[in-house]
Amino acid sequence: MVKTHVNMTVNGEAVEFLCETKATLLDVLRDELDLTGSKEGCSSGDCGACSVILDDRLVCACLVLGAEADGGNVETIEGMADADQLHPLQQKFLEEAALQCGICTPGFLVAAKALLERNSNPTETEVRYWLAGNLCRCTGYDKIVRAVMDTAEEMKGVSK
Amino acid sequence: MTTNGNGLRWVGKRPVRPDGVDKVTGRAQFGADFTLPGMIVGKVLRSPHAHANIRSIKTEKAQALPGVKAVITAADFPELPSEIEQAGEVVLNFRDMSRNVMARQKALYDGHAVAAVAATSIEIAERALDLIEVDYEVLPHVIDVVEAMEADAPLLHDDLYTMGVEPTPDKPSNVAKRVEFSIGDLNAGFEMAEVVVEREFTTKPVHQGYIEPHAAVASASEDGLCHIWCTTQGQFMVRYYVSRLLGLEVSKLRVTPSEIGGGFGGKTVVYLEPVALALSMKCHRPVKMVMSREEVFRASGPTSGAHVWVKMGATKDGRITAGEAVLKYQAGAVPGAPIGPGCMCAFAPYDLDNVKVVGFDVVTNRPKVAAYRAPGAPISEFGVESVVDELAKKLGMDAIAFREKNAAREGTHAAYGPTFGEIGYTETLRVAKEHPHYQAPLGPNQGRGVASGFWFNIGGASTAALNVNEDGTTTLISGCPDIGGSRASLSMMAAEVLGIDVEQVRPTIADTGSIGYSFLTGGSRVTFATGMAVIEAANDVVRQLRERAAKIWEIDVEAVVWENGEAKPSGSNAGDFEPLSLSSIAATAGKTGGPITGHVSLNAQGAGPAFGTHICDVEVDRETGRVTVLRYTAIQDAGKAIHPSYVEGQIQGGAVQGIGWALNEEYIYDEDGRLENPGFLDYRIPVASDVPMIDAVIVEVPNPKHPYGVRGVGEVPICPPMSAVANAVANATGLRMADLPISPPKLLAAITNGG
Repeated sequence: MVKTHVNMTVNGEAVEFLCETKATLLDVLRDELDLTGSKEGCSSGDCGACSVILDDRLVCACLVLGAEADGGNVETIEGMADADQLHPLQQKFLEEAALQCGICTPGFLVAAKALLERNSNPTETEVRYWLAGNLCRCTGYDKIVRAVMDTAEEMKGVSK
Repeated sequence: MTTNGNGLRWVGKRPVRPDGVDKVTGRAQFGADFTLPGMIVGKVLRSPHAHANIRSIKTEKAQALPGVKAVITAADFPELPSEIEQAGEVVLNFRDMSRNVMARQKALYDGHAVAAVAATSIEIAERALDLIEVDYEVLPHVIDVVEAMEADAPLLHDDLYTMGVEPTPDKPSNVAKRVEFSIGDLNAGFEMAEVVVEREFTTKPVHQGYIEPHAAVASASEDGLCHIWCTTQGQFMVRYYVSRLLGLEVSKLRVTPSEIGGGFGGKTVVYLEPVALALSMKCHRPVKMVMSREEVFRASGPTSGAHVWVKMGATKDGRITAGEAVLKYQAGAVPGAPIGPGCMCAFAPYDLDNVKVVGFDVVTNRPKVAAYRAPGAPISEFGVESVVDELAKKLGMDAIAFREKNAAREGTHAAYGPTFGEIGYTETLRVAKEHPHYQAPLGPNQGRGVASGFWFNIGGASTAALNVNEDGTTTLISGCPDIGGSRASLSMMAAEVLGIDVEQVRPTIADTGSIGYSFLTGGSRVTFATGMAVIEAANDVVRQLRERAAKIWEIDVEAVVWENGEAKPSGSNAGDFEPLSLSSIAATAGKTGGPITGHVSLNAQGAGPAFGTHICDVEVDRETGRVTVLRYTAIQDAGKAIHPSYVEGQIQGGAVQGIGWALNEEYIYDEDGRLENPGFLDYRIPVASDVPMIDAVIVEVPNPKHPYGVRGVGEVPICPPMSAVANAVANATGLRMADLPISPPKLLAAITNGG
């Protein structure tokens, strides 16, 4: 099978690899680049566990082909903390116990970060609809929604 | 140590969980994240038929494909005799388990494994599956539980004779077992009744819906030593089951659990683990297998769908005089529906003199059911709590007041056997009645429902080891996978006993070769049972620390007390010596007798039964039949919440799973018995925009059998929601919805026909 030569930036680092034609961006991240923080829950775009940012767009990595992402800029959960400083969302998820098993957590964090970058003051309804593409079976969403709203509140305070 | 609820330093606080950073940074390794050098991949060939004889399987062409390293069928598994074994909440029969893991002679459901291959790439493995030739003789199938019980129903097993019936039937049937619990005199009870309600209910199979699919890596070496890395609720369960299924000595198999991405009971059994190991035993390469979401739905266990009949009677002053139920639960392809717990829990919240519950375990051409959060209980309790609501209405009584009048209390003799000790059911009712939610006004097309729930909880075998490190920090090792924050609760209990900072306790979940036997994570048992082992191990460490201090001071050990993480001389020696901290004793441990470690294995008894009461407000769209949950309050007796945030999380998550069960979730089969909705798009679990905040209210009536009063909390919260929602819909519309899910088309039809 002919492979495609792909260059992309992942969490600020240039990477280069040969990509199977049918490999998804999720396959590439997990199997080629050993970035297993993005999870595969369905491979059909229904669960959001593989949420990543591709060129400032929130996408399910399972719905993007690896070759399609050539030249792209990808941000994953592994790039969310800044050195030993957790992102405020990561910190708030910990403080407010917004995770139980943790499998959906990377996807939720990436999706929530994308939300707060667009809307720094979301209502509860806006948070719930934005995160409707991320499934969590453990928490009932209560603590996740609160953690996102509390982070927004806190980040507003900091940026003032 | 103070353990009476006063002066506790950690118990009841909300520290950040010790595994938290790994889980918010993507570092935590779940089942599918594990790899080994030289690893190849395995895939399963699954039956496209609901019921078929397997005349032959030809694997030669698949075997010959370059890159294919092993092909297996049921012929590669030992044929096991039918023997029944009890294990915690479930009954085991390894012959049936073996047949479910790999079809033998017959495919019993759409998705049933019939063969498996291991190859150097997924593409080659998938091509190899296409080359396996299975000659099926398609048989008539049966999906519905009531139809499966009929005399002329297609028979799944020609050697299945109903147990629990005297005399044993002389003909096989699909009814594996009949169970019955009864007390008192049912006829006399109904004669006393002035109001009687009788109703039939149906529930659909629903899947646990964990977001992480099953995944396993297995490696068998040439000398017969085997190792499995997998996502599971119990590494010791995997070790035992796989050893039995493959005829291995237990000591030759080591199982390492990964982080687990949800289970809810669905990972208390094995699917891929024995298959991956059988493949590896053939080719001596590590074999990795991961289920697709479609495979998870088609071939791993949902809980039973059921037919439930309930009849209850009460006097005009609101005393329930009799309760009767007949429960028919689907087991799926082989026996083992959670009918026992379903029967036990049905009427357990009430103090009744006259009860009869009859249950049937029925095989159907569906995937074998697996445990799902309070297995069996939500189904029977949905029927009973709906009828309780109707009775209250007929009597003109408030739904909570009626429950209070009949509630089980300390000393109540439950129909299923035990006499309750200290329980918190009436406390949950009192808190519900006083909650602002219960008095809040409702708008048009809105209704409020109340329902209660019960789960008995279990204890069981657990091991914990607590090692004091050279610098006075500690390592806490246990054998139960952490599915929802148990590392936090266990560490907090250890820190409480030792009187040290919780961050000085570093918890580890060990593989089967590194800690003593521990029963699986399930039955809401880990914080209770493994917690008891942790507390005892910590107490043992404290005893040793006092001995070391006594040795250093050359005084009697009885004259040394342990307070706030320090040894202090007491009695006549009080004030004679400066206190010794844990770290200073640890630093000199080598000179005072060697390493300090606590190690405890126990079989925890005295799990405290748990009760919850939920209040649900809904709004019904009369044009579409859609039900929106507007407000939800869940009150539960936790005994003692070690880490209240994670207790709230269990309550909130259970409530939302129950809302999904009530309103959306169901397995849909076509007329050929094929599952039509094996994906998250069409099997729709609740998403964030479907539900409101869930107000979790913790009530604490301590369990006297646990040092801190812990009761299990994980399962009760899924029991009340189905009836809380149905009761709310009844109050909003005047329609009693007895068939789950209360999906828009169903409710719209009911509104159109009768509303």
